[in-house]
Amino acid sequence: MQPLAIIRAAASSLVRHKLRSLLTTLGVIIGVAAVIALVAVGNGAQAKVASDIASLGQNLLLVFAGNRRSAGGVSSGLGGAPLTLDDAKAIQREVIGVTGLSPEVRTSGQAVANGQNWSTSVIGVSGDYLAIRQWTLSGGVMFTPAEERAVAKLGVIGSKLAAQLFGANVDPVGQTVRIKNIPFLIIGTLTSKGANLGGQDQDDVLLIPYTSAMRRLTGDTTLRTVDVQVASDDQMNAAQEQIESLLRQRHRLRKDQTNDFNILNQAELAQTAGNITKVLTLLLGAIASVSLVVGGIGIMNIMLVSVTERTREIGIRLAIGAQGRDVLWQFLLEAVLLSCLGGVIGIGIGVGGARLVTVVSGFQTFVSSSAVAFAFGFSAAIGIFFGFYPARKAARLDPIDALRYE
Amino acid sequence: MPALIDLDSIQKVYRTGGSEVHAVRSVTLSIQPGEFVAFMGSSGSGKSTMMNILGCLDRPTGGHYLLDGEDVSTLDRDERALVRNRKLGFVFQGFNLLPRATALENVEMPMLYGHRRTRRADGLARALEALTQVGLGDRWDHRPNQLSGGQQQRVAIARALVNRPALLLADEPTGNLDSRTSLEIMAIFQALNAQGHTIVMVTHEPDIAAFTSRQIHMKDGRVVHDAPVERPLDATAELRALQGDVAMAAHAR
Ligand SMILES: Nc1ncnc2c1ncn2[C@@H]1O[C@H](COP(=O)(O)OP(=O)(O)O)[C@@H](O)[C@H]1O
Ligand SMILES: [Mg+2]
Repeated sequence: MQPLAIIRAAASSLVRHKLRSLLTTLGVIIGVAAVIALVAVGNGAQAKVASDIASLGQNLLLVFAGNRRSAGGVSSGLGGAPLTLDDAKAIQREVIGVTGLSPEVRTSGQAVANGQNWSTSVIGVSGDYLAIRQWTLSGGVMFTPAEERAVAKLGVIGSKLAAQLFGANVDPVGQTVRIKNIPFLIIGTLTSKGANLGGQDQDDVLLIPYTSAMRRLTGDTTLRTVDVQVASDDQMNAAQEQIESLLRQRHRLRKDQTNDFNILNQAELAQTAGNITKVLTLLLGAIASVSLVVGGIGIMNIMLVSVTERTREIGIRLAIGAQGRDVLWQFLLEAVLLSCLGGVIGIGIGVGGARLVTVVSGFQTFVSSSAVAFAFGFSAAIGIFFGFYPARKAARLDPIDALRYE
Repeated sequence: MPALIDLDSIQKVYRTGGSEVHAVRSVTLSIQPGEFVAFMGSSGSGKSTMMNILGCLDRPTGGHYLLDGEDVSTLDRDERALVRNRKLGFVFQGFNLLPRATALENVEMPMLYGHRRTRRADGLARALEALTQVGLGDRWDHRPNQLSGGQQQRVAIARALVNRPALLLADEPTGNLDSRTSLEIMAIFQALNAQGHTIVMVTHEPDIAAFTSRQIHMKDGRVVHDAPVERPLDATAELRALQGDVAMAAHAR
């Protein structure tokens, strides 16, 4: 039969059974939509994690005390020697390519101001911290090295904490916030940064000089975390190695001893996290693909019913001269049209669904053209795969038996 | 003139389970172009089996069948489909139209198969011409359920004619029709035969066979009687007489 005539025959039988066609293809619609939407969500997660890691800072090495590999970046410091301020200074002095360094002294406490009381986290840092973490001030100034040395009672305040304590209308700069009854003068306000990878709100924070944090709040004399910024991407590994050998030397570790510290390389972290989220995206896609296969089985089911129902039609076509392949093509094309139709509708719903996720939850989603192409190609392939058996069954019918079929 | 159909010791044996059914036993006969033949006989005598073989829907289990000079008894499935498409036209007892397609689409269908390339417009024009030939040119867009039985059978005849076959085959074409409509169908067949179409028909009704020019009687798969009809009835005349009766009856009332 001529290709156009086959297409016409296949399409017209679908058009005649609109509702049935739609219901049949529903499985494929859902499958394609699920693949596209879930992969879009996965892509969004991938991008979010990547940008979160980028927002940690640029070319960042985090040095933790303790030899435990810790995922979240906050080392407990169990076992092993702690890091000292002298270690930090040595890194800054001796390692090539270091452009910024800040100890990180984390504690939490009740912030009291303006008659308000709010539990927040307090981080003792150096003036480099903002540059290292790619953070900026929305108002005021950062403390100076002189103020660090002076163990000054000053701080810059995160937007969330500021809002909690002072509301939206009061400029926090110039106000005083008490932590453990020690008054800290607010000299600057931080721009909003959102939640970090661990889901913590980074804006609910008070940054104070690390000297003040150690001496006035925690009483610690050693450090658990040191942030190191390296000048450029390609110096990261060299810097990491230098820090490692420097600290091993300073901590007098023998060759057979493992590190009593731990260095987290941001580039590595980004890569690892990127791999994890990529696998997650693939997994989401694979799960959704299962529903595509289920949709294909639905098509096969209806095509088998349709072949039985239309046995007489097939008999007539065979009697007037249709060859086996004419009938095969007609039914195969019907299945493929069904699944492709499902693919097209599914793409629409999938893209719409991804948008809806963004609108409803604010979570960014990215519809990738490769996922769309994959889902559509897969649905077409499913039409061929699951349509073939019923079509072959139709093509192999005996014309006499088929004509006699009631 | 060479025979259109030449059957030599045609046999058909059905094997079902352990038993054998000899549906056709050694039939030898020939049919010339332009004949109008009726196969007759009681139920189970092998008429339909004969018809399926003549129509290349089935293969004989023995003997040779030359159609238009070509041995079709050894052709495979697809080759037989091609022969059906090019040389044969079928009319069935149950009309066998596609229920959801219009009369025109039904008639167009045979032209979509086979390897001929016809432009769709040409095909539709030919389909309309065939419908006009059976008197249904104005009903081309009707679906089968909008047509009477006689009209449906006329659409089926148009479909059988549209590829200009060498042979028209009809298995009990009037079996589902009342006597008046049967006359109409026979009138069409006679007209087609007069134009030169060769027609082979199966019927068990002597009234219907009386319109043909040759009757072949079968019994238990054998031809028991094969003779030309001395004076075939004229279906058009019968129809006119019937209409006259009806008119008179209406007049008398
Ligand atoms: N497909 C078949 N399988 C087995 N036996 C069959 C088959 N078709 C027909 N027969 C047998 O062949 C014989 C002739 O049948 P058929 O040609 O249909 O007769 P008719 O059309 O004259 O009534 C019958 O005995 C019938 O039972
Ligand atoms: Mg019969």
